[in-house]
Amino acid sequence: MRSNPLSLLLTVLLAAAALYVALPLDHLPGLESALGTPEEPRDLRDLVRGLDLQGGTQILLEADLPADTEIPEGSMATARIIVENRVNSLGVTEPAVQGQGTRRIIVELPGIDNPEQAIETLRSTGQLEFIDPGDAQLLSGYIINTTNRPTASADAMAAMAAGVMDPAPVPFPDTVFETAMTGDVLNDAVPGLDDTTGLWQINFELAGDGSDQFFNYTQANVGRPMPIVLDGVVLSAPIINAAIRDIGVISGDFTEEEARSLAIQMRYGALPVPLQVVDVRTIGATLGQESVSRSLIAGQVGLLMVLLFMLVIYRLPGLLACLALGIYVALNVAVFKLVPVTLTLPGIAGFLLSIGMAVDANILIFERLREELRAGRSLRLAIRTGFNRAWPAIRDGNLSTLISCAVLFWFGSNFGASVVKGFALTLAIGVVLSMFTAVLVTRTFLQTFLTLTTGVESDSRRLLVGH
Amino acid sequence: MGLLTSRMGNAAIVERRNLWFLLSLVLILPGILLMAWRGVTGNSLLPLSIDYTGGVQWEIRFDEPASPEAVRAILLRAGLADTTAFQVQDDRTVQLKLKAIDNQVKERLEGEIEAEIGPFDEQFFRNIGPAIGSEVSRAAGLAILVAVVGILIYITAAFRHLNHATRYGACAVFALVHDVLVTLSFISIMSLVAAWEVDALFLTAVLTVIGFSVNDTIVVFDRIRENQRRYQGESFARIANRSLVETLQRSLATQVTALLVLMAILILGGATLQQFMATLIVGLVSGTYSSLCNATPILVAWEERRFLVKAGVADPAPVPAA
Repeated sequence: MRSNPLSLLLTVLLAAAALYVALPLDHLPGLESALGTPEEPRDLRDLVRGLDLQGGTQILLEADLPADTEIPEGSMATARIIVENRVNSLGVTEPAVQGQGTRRIIVELPGIDNPEQAIETLRSTGQLEFIDPGDAQLLSGYIINTTNRPTASADAMAAMAAGVMDPAPVPFPDTVFETAMTGDVLNDAVPGLDDTTGLWQINFELAGDGSDQFFNYTQANVGRPMPIVLDGVVLSAPIINAAIRDIGVISGDFTEEEARSLAIQMRYGALPVPLQVVDVRTIGATLGQESVSRSLIAGQVGLLMVLLFMLVIYRLPGLLACLALGIYVALNVAVFKLVPVTLTLPGIAGFLLSIGMAVDANILIFERLREELRAGRSLRLAIRTGFNRAWPAIRDGNLSTLISCAVLFWFGSNFGASVVKGFALTLAIGVVLSMFTAVLVTRTFLQTFLTLTTGVESDSRRLLVGH
Repeated sequence: MGLLTSRMGNAAIVERRNLWFLLSLVLILPGILLMAWRGVTGNSLLPLSIDYTGGVQWEIRFDEPASPEAVRAILLRAGLADTTAFQVQDDRTVQLKLKAIDNQVKERLEGEIEAEIGPFDEQFFRNIGPAIGSEVSRAAGLAILVAVVGILIYITAAFRHLNHATRYGACAVFALVHDVLVTLSFISIMSLVAAWEVDALFLTAVLTVIGFSVNDTIVVFDRIRENQRRYQGESFARIANRSLVETLQRSLATQVTALLVLMAILILGGATLQQFMATLIVGLVSGTYSSLCNATPILVAWEERRFLVKAGVADPAPVPAA
């Protein structure tokens, strides 16, 4: 077997790249903006820390409907977007809102350790109002004050100034528009097609006692706009064509999506499905900080002991394995940053455990190497057969661990046990990378060692590998 | 020979299988009997954490030393009868377990605790609805089943060229069931000794143990696969024992490195992961043990149709040390 300069070059380049990404330094702006977006380049200096390491609150919301109720397609997605908007209004840095399965939404609020107020904000049913615009020309998307929400403009401007809300027009900061009716008057609202024009519209139905009120108001205001406002945001500003009793229609230049979304917002206030809180987890910032420092120490001590053990038992190959392990750790950290993997406490445990797997691959190879040497083979041949014979065991063993990881990951993503997911993910990444480093890095190192020591007396070379 | 196995070259592991089977029974039985007792007396087999039952786990750290009993008294007065309270870490930190509560109740309790005992920081708060809990329980059982079946299929496929490939898969599965039982037995005893509960991380530990246990078994079986080609004509028991001895050094070395890492986290990693790490350690040690002393001897017994070794019957000679 000839030593392969190409694989040595590849190993060195890979190690350098991994170290570059893994180390906590300022990275090339090109790399950071390529990973994120040009406007928001990804910060590669630190690993993404989970809530249990930085402190904060995780809230699991679930559709508050019987389990056998089919939830209309897209309405959980709509609910998620609405929840996300509300989360943004809380002024939390880097919140996360994710759908989970078909009935749940996970909300993560780093740094929030009094979740009560946040939960109230998330769950509140939005306030739908029909308002009297006076002489103002109100367009959808405007944020305005109403009798029921007299501070909507000021709140929105404060949130925009704090950078937690996307810019939106606030054209009448000082006017308070009169609320004509609230959403209670509505019984139902569905999207539909106009029979004659073929355009999308919203058909709505009024509730028993609301219909008189609606009739009186629309009768008095035919020809004027009647903006529909949700939590201070104008959804639509239809013109009243005729007095409406029982049922009515909002027509306009709607796409199917717009009509559906407007109907949902009219029907449910804000949330297309009622949500209940099924799991709240709060971790104080001090506990998170303690966890970080403790797991750092534990990881360093563990790694150091493994390195010592490998050196004592396997001598030179042990040293090579330590180098390979160093590259392995750098590769792992680099992958964590690039994906990015949110690191949790069980996630760190999974990563450290995967170090054991990486060492195992090396041990399997070295044990084989020694056996082949004992069987009287030359060092060169022993290295080759050692690798070839160790590989099936490494492959089969690691694949069975990956099967476990896949099951754990599925379990963790679909149920309330999200702690499990972080562990499965880091262990799986570690297992895959450990196979990779065993094959490429350790092998290349051994081959290079062989080339470098050509000419050295064969017995001393053998001594170095611990035969 | 390597440092770890210098005295073990002559070990006739397969021959001593009676001893190993007995040892496994001794390890497994007490905990399982304890579980059975809990079941008979109308409890869940193992004490389940709120991950599975739903409820509240709440940890608060006071500015001054405070007694868990005083906190518990406040909660009892509020009508939360099933509340338990105990000290964790230091004399200022109190952990509470109670049934699920809503926000208003929590805010009121916080006010009362602060007024009567003193200011505190919330370290950890978890509130799970009972529906989620029971769903997690069902999914946990399913997860273990899926993992076991997946591994059985994989091993059978990996060893398909050998005679009786399914036996290899079945023996690997037997070994991992053994490890799951040892782990269950351990947590069952610890629940009695140290009030441990089965949480989501326990399931993680069990599934990880399954993965690692199979890993060890595969290394030995892989060697049997290879040695069968190399030593044709030798008895199966002899080939199996040879394979065990040849892979012993690796199995122990791997075990030691994994234990070094896990021990470091157990001792230095803080309270959150302690139970998880201890369970993993027990499971991994059992995993290596069962691969060597259960999976392979059972495979031999199956091939020989002779499960227990009778005294006086000549068994294949041990492999001479290399």
